[in-house]
Amino acid sequence: MTAMRIVVWVVEGTWEGCVDAAVEHFPADSEFALLHVTPSDVAEAADAASVGLFGRGFPGRRPNRRYDDIAADEGAELLAAAADRLGHADAELISRRGRVEREVVSAVAEGVDVLVVARDGDHSRLGPKSLAHATRFVVDHAPCAVMLVWPDETPGIDSIPPPKHGHPPEHEHPPKHERPPPPPHHRHEHL
Amino acid sequence: MPSPIAETLAVLLLVATLACAIVRPRGVPEAVVAVPAACLLLVLGILPLGQAGTEAGGLGPTIGFLAAVLVLANLCDRYGLFEAAGSWMAAGSRGRPVSLLALVFAAASVVTAVLSLDATVVLLTPVVFATVARLRLRAKPHVYACTHLANSASLLLPVSNLTNLLAFAASGLSFARFGATMALPWLAAIGVEWLVLRRFFAADLVGRGETRGVRRLPVPVFATTVVALTLAGFFVTSAFNVSPAFAALGGALVLAVPAVASRRITLRELVVSVDVPFLAFVLALGLIVKAISLHGLGSVVTHLVPGGSGLGSLLVIAVVAAVLANVINNLPAALLLLPAVSGAGAGPVLAVLIGVNTGPNLTYVGSLATLLWRRVLIRRGEELPISEFLRLGAITVPPVLITATLALWISLRLVG
Repeated sequence: MTAMRIVVWVVEGTWEGCVDAAVEHFPADSEFALLHVTPSDVAEAADAASVGLFGRGFPGRRPNRRYDDIAADEGAELLAAAADRLGHADAELISRRGRVEREVVSAVAEGVDVLVVARDGDHSRLGPKSLAHATRFVVDHAPCAVMLVWPDETPGIDSIPPPKHGHPPEHEHPPKHERPPPPPHHRHEHL
Repeated sequence: MPSPIAETLAVLLLVATLACAIVRPRGVPEAVVAVPAACLLLVLGILPLGQAGTEAGGLGPTIGFLAAVLVLANLCDRYGLFEAAGSWMAAGSRGRPVSLLALVFAAASVVTAVLSLDATVVLLTPVVFATVARLRLRAKPHVYACTHLANSASLLLPVSNLTNLLAFAASGLSFARFGATMALPWLAAIGVEWLVLRRFFAADLVGRGETRGVRRLPVPVFATTVVALTLAGFFVTSAFNVSPAFAALGGALVLAVPAVASRRITLRELVVSVDVPFLAFVLALGLIVKAISLHGLGSVVTHLVPGGSGLGSLLVIAVVAAVLANVINNLPAALLLLPAVSGAGAGPVLAVLIGVNTGPNLTYVGSLATLLWRRVLIRRGEELPISEFLRLGAITVPPVLITATLALWISLRLVG
């Protein structure tokens, strides 16, 4: 049996938990790769803002080149730190730049068994916000199995907000001017 | 020359001028098209010499003021003020992304207000970018905050934005009165930006930054003191009916002499930082817009904007200004609108500023977006990944515009 190929998507803020989950859940002889994508839109927005100034002031400064340099250095350092934490000296380091979600999906397009992805967001409560835009896209479109992990402590089920009283769930909007009968659980509570 | 032909020619020259300023073919200065275009309008008699003289006389001190502020900001950078601010933000945040965002908001709002939006875009944003990278946090919320606040936090003082300097000259307000009236709209705009960005980027404000090796760099006391004194000087000079431009000039000189002596900046770099081609561009742009105003568009604009200081009028003015800023960029929009409202008092003039300053966040850089689009596409050969930025603009600009205008209306009643 050939070794599984595991790609760990390394993102700022959540990478440590992601790497730890890969170590914990997959055999040590798996073929590991670490993937980092530098978003192109951030440097682009910062550069565009200076174009909007008609390039005035501070001649000779070229922010965009610096943004790309900074981002590239940071990405390389992050991958090195992740490899260190993973403890596999032979792990492949994949560095890409572009639209994050599309780069991730294309990086795992062939020959990958599992993509390890961390949730984003505020973990003090469970909710739909635990996937940022790019993560949501990757979960929807990755052509391989996706392992979705909590980047730090897994919150308990009691962190789900209690159901709201007196309102039907969102998908059951009542027609205007007409009061629907209360849902069964609601009726039960008031008996 | 018949008016419609003159008007058409002037508009075409304006478009060519702005296109050149954005595309900068072969890196030529923005004045290369602007100055000949203005000269052509003069030679053809489309802009009468007398009118041009009056316009140039009005713009001259404003342009000098701008030059001094830009030099001041550049010297602050040479003294390490922005690097120090970055290190203090990193240390103060203790690696927490929401704390960092709050500090970035504070820094971007203050830098924009005191040293102009140019300083935030060109000098502070790279430092924020590097700070976030050093902490190994996600850059997007913090960098987008800088680009947004460069516009929406530029409401406070006449020096915060070139459009404010133009309005300051047109309104006849004192520096202190301007600041007092715009304080509430400034805070309102920043408050709305905070609420929206904090929510919009909730999923990206995650994790704990890498704070090992982060230390606070020493604050450049001399530069900070000079900036503070210059700021005080703006208020004092204006109170004695002296142009605050002299305070800016004084501050720039006090910083420049020791900076050159200690080789923080060479004399040549200092002269280059005055950016004469850009100043010539602003003057030429002012003349071109004047020509457009004279041949019909001015009266159209006058009819388009209401004159009163009621809440409804102020809102209409702000919205018209925001739309115009997105169509032709905020600088020409301000040049076109300010003469139309300057007779109606401080309220309409400041409402124009709310529109032209906060409006540009709506469409990327808020101006001639298609040209910019092409420029970047050609240079990079890739699709522009800015849908998120556009979505953010669409949900921030309308509430910022309305809240800031409402704050202005209240402020006008409180400050008078």
